[in-house]
Amino acid sequence: MATFKEFRNNVKPNWCPGCGDFSIQAAIQRAAANVGLEPEELAVISGIGCSGRISGYINAYGLHGIHGRALPIAQGVKLANRELTVIASGGDGDGFAIGMGHTVHAIRRNLNITYIVMDNQIYGLTKGQTSPRSAEGFKTKSTPEGSIESTLSPLEIALSAGATFVAQSFSSDLKQLTALIEAGIKHEGFSLINVFSPCVTFNKINTYDWFKENIVNLEQFPDYDPTNRVTAMNKIMETNGMLTGLIYQNTVRKSYEDMITGFRQEALAKQDLSLSEEHFAKLVAEFK
Amino acid sequence: MISQLSWKIGGQQGEGVESTDRIFSTALNRLGYYLYGYRHFSSRIKGGHTNNKIRISTYPIRAISDDLDILVAFDQESIDLNAKELRTGGVIVADAKFNPVVPEGIDARLFAVPITKMAEELGTSLMKNMVASGASWALLGLPLEVFNKAVEEEFGRKGAAIVEKNIEAVKLGAEFVLEQAGGPLDEFKLGDADGQQKLFMIGNEAIGLGCIAAGCRLMSAYPITPASEIMEYLIKKLPALGGTVVQTEDEIAAVTMAIGANYAGVRTMTASAGPGLSLMMEAIGLAGMTETPLVIVDTQRGGPSTGLPTKQEQSDLNAMVYGTHGEIPKIVIAPASIEDCFYDMIEAFNLAEQYQVPVIVMTDLQLSLGKQSCEPFDFNSIQINRGKLVEEGPELEQHQLFKRYELTEDGVSPRILPGAKNGIHHVTGVEHDETGRPSESATNRLKMMDKRLHKLDDLFIREGLRVDAPNETPDLLIIGMGSTGGTIDQAREWLTNDGITTNHITIRQIHPFPTEQLLPHLQQAKKVVVIENNATAQLAGQIKMNAGFAEKIRNLLKYDGNPFLPSEVYKACKELD
Repeated sequence: MATFKEFRNNVKPNWCPGCGDFSIQAAIQRAAANVGLEPEELAVISGIGCSGRISGYINAYGLHGIHGRALPIAQGVKLANRELTVIASGGDGDGFAIGMGHTVHAIRRNLNITYIVMDNQIYGLTKGQTSPRSAEGFKTKSTPEGSIESTLSPLEIALSAGATFVAQSFSSDLKQLTALIEAGIKHEGFSLINVFSPCVTFNKINTYDWFKENIVNLEQFPDYDPTNRVTAMNKIMETNGMLTGLIYQNTVRKSYEDMITGFRQEALAKQDLSLSEEHFAKLVAEFK
Repeated sequence: MISQLSWKIGGQQGEGVESTDRIFSTALNRLGYYLYGYRHFSSRIKGGHTNNKIRISTYPIRAISDDLDILVAFDQESIDLNAKELRTGGVIVADAKFNPVVPEGIDARLFAVPITKMAEELGTSLMKNMVASGASWALLGLPLEVFNKAVEEEFGRKGAAIVEKNIEAVKLGAEFVLEQAGGPLDEFKLGDADGQQKLFMIGNEAIGLGCIAAGCRLMSAYPITPASEIMEYLIKKLPALGGTVVQTEDEIAAVTMAIGANYAGVRTMTASAGPGLSLMMEAIGLAGMTETPLVIVDTQRGGPSTGLPTKQEQSDLNAMVYGTHGEIPKIVIAPASIEDCFYDMIEAFNLAEQYQVPVIVMTDLQLSLGKQSCEPFDFNSIQINRGKLVEEGPELEQHQLFKRYELTEDGVSPRILPGAKNGIHHVTGVEHDETGRPSESATNRLKMMDKRLHKLDDLFIREGLRVDAPNETPDLLIIGMGSTGGTIDQAREWLTNDGITTNHITIRQIHPFPTEQLLPHLQQAKKVVVIENNATAQLAGQIKMNAGFAEKIRNLLKYDGNPFLPSEVYKACKELD
């Protein structure tokens, strides 16, 4: 069985020293090993941005696509080969700005994939512009007077879009994050894990210390019931979206793959492409 | 006995024009006639004039006709708009309910049949289309039992009682008109058909069937006119083969989902029209850069922007050839018949995997939606070629990656699918090395660009040019693409009668442009005319840019939303300077 070391490769990430993304990468590698995957059984599909590079830093199959489209690509991979574990990953700009439409619909569709958002509340690779996750009043190169748009709450959106697994974590909490990714991989359906991942270069507000002060860990509430959508929504609002842990899980709803008529358990990619002459004749007969 | 005639039905959209046309033509197809249909419709669901025209022939035809023999009209508007097409002595079958009038200056015979009244007496005005088609079928003197069989199939699932009522409606219409006319009209007596069983379908259905034959098992798409029939067909048929169709949130999702699925090893396609193609451009570049097979169908319609969404045009050519930023290898093929729609899909999926490139199959609205007779497809010709796909990689050292982008002589590298042992590599739209890892090295950049861009150097697909060149030095070489071929051939017959010698080339491989193969034909011709449904002569532009001969080349362009009529092509060719 593969250990987390086997999910490492020899590529040095081009992230800044201290970037939260390093821990997220480590958590994915540990979670993959903990759930018993071999490197070739995992496909990491990532978007564009600093965090989008992650697919190249993990020893697994990986596709680094185009900005905002990690999710549709990942869903295509899963449809083609449901035997693979598919993780989609990218930044908050990738998933909640340019790719927001896909995020909502991937949640609704509920294919069995895990989406890990590396949320740093800013655009890093383009050197510091506002993100939908930036706080109101947040000053960046593109909002010199402070952002005048309201901050997007991906957790609330996910719940209202019909998400079956919603979690949030903090890159410094490797233990919690690893456990949540494992749970997300095991969840039969779409799992969204939003991870606070401080940008040490361009975000001087949402720093490690700031998160430590503001995060509300759900462990504080021993009675919290993650299967209750109403209390989940309330808790997100009460904590102003700063809660971490497993926020909501619906284990009743089947995954998209399991609801498609005729869709087989075996990977479609392994199926023979040929068509029997009899089947063909039947199709043609409809046009006579 | 005549060898061909044209029939048209007109009314308000949603009034049963489509179903009448379907039953009428299915019955004709059963009799072995060659058919070619044309739909005139608007971008709305109910209301607004719509009409369907069918050309019926005892020999193969692939064009609409200039004129019309029989017009079935549900309202006066249908008569007013279409009567001018009627040939002298043509027939109008109209609903007596609206007191139909033959417009001034039109020499046509009117049969006012109490269509609505008869239908209502049978229980519902919905059956008026059956009364009307029964009447026009009877005028042709064709066997009623064949028509009734088609009615039975159309309504069978609604129960025997409904079938019976509809057959009764057909009978009432037929009897009424025969009494008025004193029997079937001799001048519309069609000669016997060849009796050969033909298929009768629209291009989009042939594309769907071709996809299935090609081993395509997934489709991700967003609805759009005139492409939606492809997804509608495949969603009915793919589940039985273990596959499915995903209706995505937009065309960007559609194309990127298809890229993901192709990367993971399933032949997957998407289909759209101009607006969707525009949205797909960035992703097409990703497929080109990552050498991921991809098949896209663009059913062209009137552009730009929303343009004329239900009308004919061939104006996306440049977008298909040049679309996406940067430079990638890409194949654009243009089926020119229903048969092509089927076989070209198989070819497209093979090319996409053999060359690991995006392949765009371009049709136009008339080819995609016009219902036509079609030769039976040859099952034995279906061949699947997955190119350099390998099942397992070579034994790899620690940290060593599979060379997915290995530099090879032909530029095509071995391809392995996620899940395979010893195959881990990286895939990225960033410039990369042989293992897919990002690289900004100038040396690597040149090698990789050249590798990708030279993959298609020698590409010439099956019938990349369809050549009909009976003359060594023709007065005129007519070049077209897509659905215009039959119209051009019809015009050529008339030109030949006038002593003008013509050759005809249909360009089916649009990109990379088959310069070498086209050159001799351009050289031999005294004059060349390029016929296309767009305003800026995009195909002619490709010819001039690649092959030259600008001084010989004339344009015949039509971009009013309607297909060329044979007479327009004939007249323009006669009047060429």
